Amino acid sequence: MDAAAAIDELKGLSTQIEAIVVASRDGAVTAATVEKERAGRLGGLARDLVSGADSVRGDLGRDALAQLQAATPDGSVFVVLDGDRMAVATTGADPTVGLVFYDLKTLLRQIAAPDEAVSAEPAQAPAADAPAGEDGDA
Amino acid sequence: MPKRRIWIAGLLGAGSFAGTIFYRRRSARSRTRIDLYFDDGSMLSLATGSPDADRLLPIARELLTEAG
Repeated sequence: MDAAAAIDELKGLSTQIEAIVVASRDGAVTAATVEKERAGRLGGLARDLVSGADSVRGDLGRDALAQLQAATPDGSVFVVLDGDRMAVATTGADPTVGLVFYDLKTLLRQIAAPDEAVSAEPAQAPAADAPAGEDGDA
Repeated sequence: MPKRRIWIAGLLGAGSFAGTIFYRRRSARSRTRIDLYFDDGSMLSLATGSPDADRLLPIARELLTEAG
């Protein structure tokens, strides 16, 4: 599926997601729900966020970064990584974390495999999709 | 005695207000964090106040502001 069509579909289905940007890991935007200039700035900020998170991962000797959530009282930023591509979304406060991650993973799958029949039913997705195994605060 | 009742009511009100403020601040602090999920299924939560979180959270806040 075309990236722009996929994010339009997700934006129409999700009641929690406010803005979506699909970009490469260097911040170059593929498609977004916001205008081009703002999408470029969001892509750059997402690149910086992922780069910073990846340096934390490197310092701790962990496996590759798969996804992240930055939660604040004003809202959350979600980033899901798939190879060189990343899907970024913003939500309001206290989102259903597993559902947002599921939606973004589905989005990346749809874009990565345009000819395959990918199930795209974000609203009916299971909520507990986030990987388990909390290590505690750092 | 009316004067005593007014004092008690005032103290209860002030205590309740202070408790609400304390609870809201604590709740907001606990909600501010960065959760990192890795390919092996593990997760690391960086709480506000840690050096890594304090480096990454301003970027996230700027992103939220930019997204509108």
